[in-house]
Amino acid sequence: MIEIRDVSKSYGATPVLKGCSTTVAKGEVVVVCGPSGSGKSTLIKCVNGLEPFQQGRIVVDGVSVGDPATNLPRLRARVGMVFQHFELFPHMSVRRNLALAQVQVLGRSAEEADARGLKLLDRVGLAAHADKHPAQLSGGQQQRVAIARALAMDPVCMLFDEPTSALDPEMIGEVLDVMVELAREGMTMMVVTHEMGFARQVAQRILFMDQGEIVEDSPAGDFFAAPKSQRAQLFLSRILHH
Amino acid sequence: MDYHWNWGIFLEQVKAGEETYLHWLVTGLGWTLAVSLAAWLLALLLGITVGTLRTVPHKGLAVLGATWVELFRNIPLLVQMFLWFFVVPELLPPDWGLWVKQDMLAKEFVTAALCLGLFTSARVAEQVRAGVGSLARGQRDAALALGLTLPQAYRHVILPQALRIVIPPLTSEFMNVFKNSSIAFAIGVMELTFQARQMQEDSEQGIETYLAVTLLYFICAFAANRGMAWIEARSRVPGLIAKPG
Repeated sequence: MIEIRDVSKSYGATPVLKGCSTTVAKGEVVVVCGPSGSGKSTLIKCVNGLEPFQQGRIVVDGVSVGDPATNLPRLRARVGMVFQHFELFPHMSVRRNLALAQVQVLGRSAEEADARGLKLLDRVGLAAHADKHPAQLSGGQQQRVAIARALAMDPVCMLFDEPTSALDPEMIGEVLDVMVELAREGMTMMVVTHEMGFARQVAQRILFMDQGEIVEDSPAGDFFAAPKSQRAQLFLSRILHH
Repeated sequence: MDYHWNWGIFLEQVKAGEETYLHWLVTGLGWTLAVSLAAWLLALLLGITVGTLRTVPHKGLAVLGATWVELFRNIPLLVQMFLWFFVVPELLPPDWGLWVKQDMLAKEFVTAALCLGLFTSARVAEQVRAGVGSLARGQRDAALALGLTLPQAYRHVILPQALRIVIPPLTSEFMNVFKNSSIAFAIGVMELTFQARQMQEDSEQGIETYLAVTLLYFICAFAANRGMAWIEARSRVPGLIAKPG
């Protein structure tokens, strides 16, 4: 579903990604973790072309992201993305947030888009909030709306960029619950997160990144039982022992 | 002070005609409103366009936008008024220049509205650019990630937010348009300032004349302010900005 081959990127002379390679199979859940500044978010943003990269190749569902001939909007419409800061459109009601791209990009009718949106809102437990504006919701609720908004496009895979990092602790659970359910239904997911509990529960594989490199790419069980690299051991000991 | 006050002057007839001085001022007010509103419409259309272009990731468009802004805001408005009126027609192809000078309808009005509109558009463009710049990049990313094209992202996500943010500075610009329109008298538009000078000379009641004109300008600018405040209140996003206490 997602194939990343030797991807490198730099800002001027500063390298941010160094020869990253991995694949995410259909239905697979891959968690990307690592210290801040390790290039996790940059890598995941390369997957739908929000960040350009200078070298290498990324193919999503058969479409090459870096190819200048690729219709990026069309590709992005099929790849859902959830952001750290939710990024709901604050000037639109929840209902319109969900309908906008369905109508503008997929060409669905307003009624069709609204019905689909409401169905997904119901699924994340927020059907009663359809006519509110994002600023009237809590952080956890906003992030659940953001997930519903991405799902409304019927994506072939989902990218999550630290979806719980900006949330108050008591709201993390409600967002992770939605993500766990999604994983169990077989959605292909690439998730940048520090939530190791979530990773243990649903991830098939863990990518550990440090200084722009994928240092470790292992089955989740192996990663938590015995991380191979010293950097991953250090990272795990730091985030798990608190 | 040896001044003969006469507040009834406005209802008296002008020296060389049937109409009253009030009629002169009302006509002047009409032209002031016409020049100002036409200029504001032009300024909004061009200003939003140019301001947006300055934020787009494209070098050529950004340079175009920057040139526009610097051109119109670095030359005094009065000089621009004369440039458009006296110089530009001479630079046009001869046929066009002749048409502008001889046949164009309401030549003074069109020139003044165009000049003031372009001058103001540079200022509006800067406000719009600042408004777009103040939005977090995440909004653009989120719009693009949903498959919207960049123009769609601007149309539905970026500009609706940026324009709300810049309503307060745009309010000042709208008020400035009414005040700046007084410069149009210099090229012969018979607007409020023009009529005031004429009335002062004809009636020799300068104080009453200019006090009345002052009040009329104040009302125009204040109405612009209230109108924009109404728009600001109506476009307020629920839950986003606290009501002014």
